[in-house]
Amino acid sequence: MTNRSILAASGRTSSGRTASGRPASGRNVELIVFAVLVAGLTVAPLMVYPILLMKVLCFALFACAFNLLIGYGGLLSFGHAMFFGFAAYVSGYTIKAWGFPTELGILAGAAVAAVLGLVAGSIAIRRQGIYFAMVTLALAQMVFFFCLQAPFTGGEDGIQAIPRRPIFGVIDISRDIVLFYVVLAIFAAGFLIIWRTIHSPFGQVLKAIRENEARAISLGYAVDRFKLMAFVLSATLSGLAGATKAVVFQLASLTDVTWQMSGEVVLMTLVGGMGTVFGPIVGAAVIVVMQNTFTGFGEWVLVAQGCIFVLTVLLFRRGIVGEIVALAQRRRGEEDAAPPPVAEPADKQPPSDRGGVRASAAAGPSEASAPVSS
Amino acid sequence: MFELLGVPPQALMGQLLLGLINGAFYALLSLGLAVIFGLMNVINFTHGAQYMMGAFVAWMLLQYAGIPYWGALVLAPIIVGATGIVIERLLISRLYHLDHLYGLLLTFGLALIIEGLFRQQYGSSGLPYTNPIPGGQNLGFMFLPWYRGWVVAFSLAVCLVTWFTIERTKLGAYLRAATERPELVQAFGVNVPRMITLTYGVGVGLAALAGVLAAPIYTVNPTMGSNLIIVVFAVVVIGGMGSIAGSIVTGFGLGVVEGLTKVFWPEASATVIFVIMAIVLMVRPQGLFGTPR
Repeated sequence: MTNRSILAASGRTSSGRTASGRPASGRNVELIVFAVLVAGLTVAPLMVYPILLMKVLCFALFACAFNLLIGYGGLLSFGHAMFFGFAAYVSGYTIKAWGFPTELGILAGAAVAAVLGLVAGSIAIRRQGIYFAMVTLALAQMVFFFCLQAPFTGGEDGIQAIPRRPIFGVIDISRDIVLFYVVLAIFAAGFLIIWRTIHSPFGQVLKAIRENEARAISLGYAVDRFKLMAFVLSATLSGLAGATKAVVFQLASLTDVTWQMSGEVVLMTLVGGMGTVFGPIVGAAVIVVMQNTFTGFGEWVLVAQGCIFVLTVLLFRRGIVGEIVALAQRRRGEEDAAPPPVAEPADKQPPSDRGGVRASAAAGPSEASAPVSS
Repeated sequence: MFELLGVPPQALMGQLLLGLINGAFYALLSLGLAVIFGLMNVINFTHGAQYMMGAFVAWMLLQYAGIPYWGALVLAPIIVGATGIVIERLLISRLYHLDHLYGLLLTFGLALIIEGLFRQQYGSSGLPYTNPIPGGQNLGFMFLPWYRGWVVAFSLAVCLVTWFTIERTKLGAYLRAATERPELVQAFGVNVPRMITLTYGVGVGLAALAGVLAAPIYTVNPTMGSNLIIVVFAVVVIGGMGSIAGSIVTGFGLGVVEGLTKVFWPEASATVIFVIMAIVLMVRPQGLFGTPR
């Protein structure tokens, strides 16, 4: 019961050829897709309200950071709001009360999130699977109560009217459109860090741990240290996203530290596709736009989110991007008559036992390493 | 001695009693979670919502059907347990062959749906429920409200009956066997899927029972479950889900610790259980009553 791979159990198929022979081209495709995405975003403010775009970008970075843990490390954290929300408080407070420049305030938020991630991570990685989720949830609730009671957070009011000081003293971000490009740059930087991590040897070890922790240990990897490093990196980038959001909305509030926020980032990643490079971005866009559309409907937002959770888990566990990738691979598999096929359809996976343990042990490196290569 | 610490014994005993009551809810809920997890390998995130449903069903029975508390104490767990059985059959049972985490995600989604619906319908300000046994007895060192005494005694009895059923009866033996080796038990002719369904129903019923008990003490509120369930998760991590008796002892014990913290350091009372969880994880990661694997 030591290794639990949520991806392997979701029927994600694997193939040695893809993992060993194709990563370079897959990486290039990913970079091209990302370049197109960023290029599209640079002109997006002409058509879409910049504040909404910035909200999507902040949550996209948050979800990408979360995905690093669940998608590549196989660790389901149910408490990521503690990094997101607490970093928002830190950046808000340092900018407003201590007069930090904006860029320093954001960095301070990310740095504090890193420290918090180190503490929370070293406690949480002592348990695996479901327990890991419960421990992170409980730790996040502890941070929530701390934020509720600590004097510097402003309690129920939060920190309001956080000033938008010029970045580096020259870039005037009081205009939304200028701030948008700053947020886009932060998002791109965060994304590239994650992308680089996924494809680094470190990322490969992380995937190995996800697929078969016992084997990774027997190969001599200090599994706990890898998990902790991934946790800290994920926490730091979540903090970066939260700190940026505080600057965008000029507000740091309790909403960002609640367990509902932890649930939201899980939902975004799940909907977009866990373990896919672009899934969290798509998921964040879908969920933020849905929330915006439903604002007038009161508590129905909660119901809608719950329904999306249930439907995604029951019907399309790969998420939007994951399904697209799988579809593309299936079509390619049909075109290539020559064996061996690149990837079998998911239905042909041998049925796993109750824990999905056997399936994860049998599966090699995941297709996630080259999701858009086809 | 208590006066030396600046705390009158009345206040101390009052908080202790409140702690015992909270402990009773922790015990009932973590018991249900442990039984469900043992057999189904699913952490039931909906548990808090089902506790809330128990309180709401009791309120509705009184409001719309005129059925008093004592009727609700029997009916509400059965009604909510039945909805649990439907949920298990229709939704959760489709995920048994997958990673356990999907069960967590599914039940989390269900919890959101249930809480959202109740919030939409009843707002989040809370509804009052009249105390069925008002009054109390002055014991000299403290005042004991009858209802609170009843909650502690009754939940303790329910916990003991559950423990006895699982550990000492034939039915419980089947249950424990199916927890260890479901395929083998099924091969002996026991209908394991039906057993799983019923177990889920009973676990959910226990949560609803706690909800009914809580209704006269706290206001009936759609958010009452989600706040509680996270604490109960921490309780479960502290106790470890290996042992039924362990869940009961941990639940009551932590309730008392929380009550004492309220007396001596009120600011920390909301976080004390989480702090204990962190310490336990550092010292004994498998939990106080858990077995390492």
